[in-house]
This record gives sequence, structure tokens and C-alpha cells, in this order.
Amino acid sequence: MILEMNSIQKSFGDLEVLKDISFHVDEGEVVSIIGPSGSGKSTLLRCATFLETINAGEIKYMDQTAVTTGDDGVARYVGRNELNQIKRYFGLVFQNFNLFPHYSVLKNIMDAPVTVQKRPVEEVRAEAMELLRKMGLETRAEAYPCQLSGGQKQRVAIARALALKPNILFFDEPTSALDPELTGEVLKVIRQLAEEKMTMVVVTHEMPFARAVSSRVIFMDQGVIVEQGDPEAVFGDTQVERTRQFLRNYQR
Amino acid sequence: MSFSTMLASMGMGMLRSCLIFFLTLLFALPLGMGVMFLRRSGNPVIRNITKIYIAIMRGTPLMLQLLMWYFGPYYLFGMSIRGYRLPAIIIGFSVNYSAYFAEIYRGGIESIDHGQYEAAEILGYTKAQTFFKIILPQVIKVILPSVTNEVITLVKDTSLAFTLAYNEMFSLAKQIAASQTSFTPFIIAGVFYFIANYVVAFVMERIEKALDYYH
Repeated sequence: MILEMNSIQKSFGDLEVLKDISFHVDEGEVVSIIGPSGSGKSTLLRCATFLETINAGEIKYMDQTAVTTGDDGVARYVGRNELNQIKRYFGLVFQNFNLFPHYSVLKNIMDAPVTVQKRPVEEVRAEAMELLRKMGLETRAEAYPCQLSGGQKQRVAIARALALKPNILFFDEPTSALDPELTGEVLKVIRQLAEEKMTMVVVTHEMPFARAVSSRVIFMDQGVIVEQGDPEAVFGDTQVERTRQFLRNYQR
Repeated sequence: MSFSTMLASMGMGMLRSCLIFFLTLLFALPLGMGVMFLRRSGNPVIRNITKIYIAIMRGTPLMLQLLMWYFGPYYLFGMSIRGYRLPAIIIGFSVNYSAYFAEIYRGGIESIDHGQYEAAEILGYTKAQTFFKIILPQVIKVILPSVTNEVITLVKDTSLAFTLAYNEMFSLAKQIAASQTSFTPFIIAGVFYFIANYVVAFVMERIEKALDYYH
């Protein structure tokens, strides 16, 4: 099991955003998380990647515990060194790309492997160029993010995340900031990664994509997992009224 | 007194003005960074003390501050202030300008999108790496026009050192103008400050251009 999250609770002040969420991700799985705005999908991803701290619950990567909750009900994170080591297991692709504007495309991809992982520059450069080829961006290596379209930026961001060789890659609404005609090129890349058996968790509003690519779909609403299962079961003929209602609204 | 003699005797003044200028920048630019960190501290006591400090530095005349720095040690502690003239000027200028630079830095840092920190954190950068490699270069680009403004003001403010009878450019111009009953030294002084600022603006513009490769 790559990721295991148990009984996750997260509140912002009085607002309970995640109420007792449990789920896990196995190696090679592509899990899509769908649901209305404010359902807690993005918060769940941000908790999984430690950008937010949970109030209670348990998070494990590769059977290594990152957070536990004792009998007192307070979440306890492991020490900084151990947490940093666990952070190497995952990558995250943001809705707004968050590329470094002062670095070229190539440097955006190469800098973390070189600076953080201390890997040899030439080796990293070769891998980065290979990733750019895979993203169809080999000619843009020396360009700066401001010279790229949104779809190209997001593909660079995916390459940047992959360069650190994560065991699992999270996507937080990777196409929500893109013009409709640019979403296709990004989804194609994610689909390609799925075919290569990359383990991924994708928060998305792209229902046809989620249906086609996922091995499992999770539907969230108001801070709980309403339903999860095989995409055909969820999209095809769900028995849950709330899911049905959500999907119906989407098709309109 | 001929024009060239005037220029020659004012030459030392120009050098002293330049000395104040460069020493102030040397100390105030990094000191401002420190003040900015204190101003952004999570500790409300430190943050509020820093706020008061900045308010005093910006809210009282620099001329008055210079007098305090120079005569303060004598009046408050009875210390001898012989040979203390230039250090007092540099302390006064640096401490004053660091407050302005701190606020410029703060504005720059707060203009950087929070997503940059999050991306760096996810990629595993340490806090120091994030600041020096990701945030600071972007901050420098953002704050450059404001820094230029401040540096230009500093060139002209060096003339305030005349309050402590330090023989920089402006003091000498006044002395020579009085002794020679001539207006020329003031013209020379004006041209000097103008040219100095022209150079400052030119250099800063070049730096801005060099950082123009992204936005």
C-alpha cells in the first residue's frame, strides 16, 4: 500500500472540512476524487501532502507512519527528518502550476533533483530532457514560464514533479485553470502516465476523463466519502442518490 | 578664487559624500533585511517593537536623528565624542534607511504568491533554499523601482551630514560660497548631485533590464 489515510479530521476554525475520512491507494492505482466545490477534495489532498496539518487521524506512506493520533485525540506528526524522508514518496501538481518564473523550463525541472536530492547535473539533465520529450516540450527547454501557454506550463509542472521520481503523484484540479481547448493536452499526459502504471490521485471536475482513466473513483460531499468504487459502477449506475444528483447536474 | 581651485577644494567633499553614500548602502541594505524579518516575526512583542522602531525612524527628521546619534552619547552618558563624527553619521543614516528598506522588502515579499512557497516545500527545498533561490530573486525584481527611489533620495540626503559639521560636498559648498561671496559653489554642488543621481538611475535601469527576461 502506497498511501493509507485513516479517520482524517480537519477543521478550519468552526468549519469541519473533513469528517472522518479513510482511504488508501495501492501501487499502480489511479484514483479520481470528484465532488462539488467545498466538499473537501482539495483539502484532503493538501492534508495528504502535509500542506495542511490534520486535527486527528493517521497517515502512512509505504507503511511508514507520518501522523498518528493517540487516545487523547490529538494528531502527532513524526520528527522533521523522518517527515522529510516521507515527503520524498510523493509529488504534487497544483491547479495554478506554481512554476518558478525566474527559472527556465529546464531549470524548473532540474533544480530540485540537483539542489535537494544532490544528484549529478548531467544525469539529471538527460532525464529532464527525456521528460520534456515525453511531454512534447523538448523544443521549449530554454523558454521561461511566461512564454508558455497554460497547458504547456502544466506539462512542465508535471515533468518537474516526475523528475524527483515520486512513488505517488497527486493532482489538484490540474486542468481547472486552463482554457477548455488546452485541457486535452494535459489530460493526455496524465492518461499516458496511467498507462505506464504511475500511481496517481487526481482531484478533478473532468468526468469523462475520470471515468476513462481511473481504476477507482471517490465521490466526496460535505467532508465525507459518499461513495467509492469502480468508475463504471459509480458513473454507470450508482445506487446512491447524492452521487446520482451530482452527476446529473454535471451532465446538464 | 578661480573655478578650478573651487572645484579642486570641493573634490574632497565629493569623495566624503560618496563615502557616506556607499557605507550607508553597505550597512542599510542588509540591515533592512533583518528589520524586515523582525517586522514579520510571529512573536507579537518583537513585531510590535519593530513597528514602533520603523515609525520613529520614518516619523522624525533624519537631521534630528543624526544630532541624537552624535551628541546622545555625550549628553546621556558623558562619553567623549571626539573622532566620532563619521561613525555617528554612518550609524544614523544606516539605521534610518534600514527602516525604509525593511518596508520595501516587506512589500516585495508579500507580493510573492503563496503557491511559490508550497511548490518549493513539496519539492523538498529547505526554508533557506526556498528563500534564497526561489523567493529573493523574485522579490529583488519587484522592489527594484522602489529601491531606486530610495537610493536617489539617499544621494541627496548625504548633504544632511552638514548638521554634524562633516566636510562633505554640501558643507564645503556653503563654506566656500560664504567666504568667496560666490554663488558658483552651489551650482557645482547641484551639478554633482544631479550627475550622481543620473549614474544611479542609469545603473538601476540596467539591472532592471537584466531582470526583464521574465515576468
